Amino acid sequence: MKRVLVLFAHPAQRTSSINLSMALRARQLESVTLVDLYAEYPRFDIDIEREQHRLLSHDIIVLQFPLFWYSTPALLKQWQDLVLEYGFAYGPKGNRLAGKTMIASVTTGGSAVDYSQHGGNKHPFPAFLLPLRQTAELCGIRFLPPFVLHAANHIDTTEARMHIDAYPVLLESLSADAFDSSSLDMLSEITTKDIAKMLARVGA
Amino acid sequence: MTGFAFSVFSYLACSVLAVFVSRRLGLGSVVGYIAAGVIMGPLLHMTGTGSGYLESLSELGIVMMLFLIGLEIDPRMVWRLRGMLLGLGGSQVTLTIAAVTLAGFALDFPWQQSVLFGCIGALSSTAIVLQTLEERGVLESDGGRAGFAILLFQDLAVIPMLACLPLMATNSHTSAGAHGSNLLSSMPGWLATMTTFGAVGVVVVGGHYLSRPVMRAIARDGLRDIFTAFALLVVVAIALLMSAVGLSPALGAFLGGVVLANSEFKHELQSDIEPFKGLLLGLFFVTIGAKIDLSVLTHNWAFVLAATAALVLIKVAILFPLASLFRLRSSASWLVALGLAQAGEFGFVLLSLGQQIDILDAADASIGVLVITLGMVFTPGLFMILDRIVASLETSRNVSTEVDKPDSGTVIVAGLGRFGQIVNRMLLASGYKPVVLDYRADVVDDLRKFGVRSYFGDAGRSDLLASAGIAKAELLVVAIDDPGRTVEIVQQARAANPRVVIIARAYDRIHHYRLLSAGANHIVRELFGSSVEAAGLALRTLGMHPYEVEKRKNTFVQQDLAGLSRMASLIDDERRVPDNDRFIAGFNDIGRVIQEAMLGRRAQYDEIVSRGWNPPRLDESHTPDQTRQENEKTGAGE
Repeated sequence: MKRVLVLFAHPAQRTSSINLSMALRARQLESVTLVDLYAEYPRFDIDIEREQHRLLSHDIIVLQFPLFWYSTPALLKQWQDLVLEYGFAYGPKGNRLAGKTMIASVTTGGSAVDYSQHGGNKHPFPAFLLPLRQTAELCGIRFLPPFVLHAANHIDTTEARMHIDAYPVLLESLSADAFDSSSLDMLSEITTKDIAKMLARVGA
Repeated sequence: MTGFAFSVFSYLACSVLAVFVSRRLGLGSVVGYIAAGVIMGPLLHMTGTGSGYLESLSELGIVMMLFLIGLEIDPRMVWRLRGMLLGLGGSQVTLTIAAVTLAGFALDFPWQQSVLFGCIGALSSTAIVLQTLEERGVLESDGGRAGFAILLFQDLAVIPMLACLPLMATNSHTSAGAHGSNLLSSMPGWLATMTTFGAVGVVVVGGHYLSRPVMRAIARDGLRDIFTAFALLVVVAIALLMSAVGLSPALGAFLGGVVLANSEFKHELQSDIEPFKGLLLGLFFVTIGAKIDLSVLTHNWAFVLAATAALVLIKVAILFPLASLFRLRSSASWLVALGLAQAGEFGFVLLSLGQQIDILDAADASIGVLVITLGMVFTPGLFMILDRIVASLETSRNVSTEVDKPDSGTVIVAGLGRFGQIVNRMLLASGYKPVVLDYRADVVDDLRKFGVRSYFGDAGRSDLLASAGIAKAELLVVAIDDPGRTVEIVQQARAANPRVVIIARAYDRIHHYRLLSAGANHIVRELFGSSVEAAGLALRTLGMHPYEVEKRKNTFVQQDLAGLSRMASLIDDERRVPDNDRFIAGFNDIGRVIQEAMLGRRAQYDEIVSRGWNPPRLDESHTPDQTRQENEKTGAGE
């Protein structure tokens, strides 16, 4: 059983329906520690020592956020700047996070079509996570394909409900190491259907 | 004197005993008072000298009850409940009067008695029902609101009943006797009418314009017992004026209450009059009980039981379909129907009125008292039946349980000085409506001009905190500037409600710990935040980059708060803080990093502030072990 740390960053939770529901579901899981970053550090005064300690005591780090201007919300960037410290996460002997796993759980405003070479955003979605991926890899962290819900503001409620329901399944499967690592690596992003498929393959 | 003292003694002793037992049995205090009356009167024959005086005093209890009901009338609430109030309440009262009156005809009672019984049957016991609903936390549910609306309508309906019943008097001289000799009888008709309207006008105008400045003046001088005396004076004066012009004193008191409902002294008036009302109303019920003729019961027990059962059945049979008609869910309909199935305390008032105007003899009145009392005694049983019905409804239909919304939490702000005002303004701006208390009448008055719901009163008085709703409050902010009283208020609030979150204003560090042990959840030192702001501005003025200043402020606050909570464990109850050596030592230890920065050894402070923003230094290999050692030195992150 691997310990999962969900770092949830959403600055406008009053208007959030999907991300907030996902976080509430994650909070109920026994193997998961959920940290609501904007609740703990409303003034951006991140407690570096405490956050580093949290990283050390978990195996899988989930960054859960809505995509803002092709990037993380500001506080999650502040978290990266402060917590992934030189000499702790990177640099000579800065290898305390090596061997851990990181995954991003992202909701986007644009649709799957928008995030393609010929769509409005001109690039496939994973391209926009390149800074996060490279940050993780520099720290020796394995960066999994992101768990994504596109067009989160526009889709109908059943699709949103499926995504919310799939989230705890994903977290528990990661914690139980239930996925076959080669089939994970073949994906560019993880969707609700992929989780079901991978679990079925393992079951068979 | 001894005779009078003995009646007071026996009245108080029996009341204390009977009410205590009755409350323990879940029967409510009204039944207890009546039982006390039965013990004193028919059983022990202790009502002798002085009882006549006590009896006329007890009628003031009714007047005070109506004054308090009037005080509770909030025009906005009445408007919100208007559909339920007129529709549900109106049809319940009309239909029940009709049904019981017809039943009376069928049993060959004279028509006056039948109508009287109808009026009595239509009313339910506001005291018992509201208390039960509140205890069960369903006052704000659909059923609770509907029940409250019906009770409110019934309370209002009492006023025309009291006014109209004397018109049915069988012979005219008793009718005049009921009103007492009044100065109108010698006037011509038009002048009498004018005088009556004039008296009502005096209550309305005087209540609004005259009493408030007087109360304000008394309050400003801090004359608390004179305030209580004045509150009683207002009620008694209204009663006197109304009797003089031949109107019901109860009606006048109700009107006076409504006029003062919106004033800043509402809660203070309530807490002042409430104990007098409780005692005098209790006295009223005791005299009712004392007048019961037990031989009537032994001869008519079958009839009493049958009449009680019939009354409860008629009321349920009318209330349940009506509630369903008003689209209440079936569990809420059952709550209304079974909860309001008893007859109420106003029934006793109507019975004694009936006796006064000679449409009822003493024996019939005794039977009436017994029927009403039995109905009240059965109320807890009816609530048990309700629980069964609701449970079976939920299981049979598998309805979700989120139906009955519990009472919503309230916010109380005690103290409206420079501190409390800011708290209050931010709460208001964010859509919360706090109840605000302050003991300086002029402050309250000024704030009311800005539309703030503020009330005059000393938040340290537990009854005032209670009437501001501490028992159900979600949050209390104690923002007054007197350190000793702040501790008292926190202790009382904590005793009254273990779950309420208390935010308290502290004078200094020592006061902080006193508040902590008094039960406050969050403590804010009154000058800490603003001093840090000023220090930040000073640094900015001296040329420091604003974001650097912000980080320094954060670090300073964090270090200080961490030290404060580390020190809490060093506090113990036995020793006074200044005598506690470990505390003094720790106290000096907290600010060490900060003090060192002040003394010029800024390096460590700077390091904490700039943590995480240092660029990698390629010429130097910085190991995790070194980082840890440095942290231990500075004490960061603990």
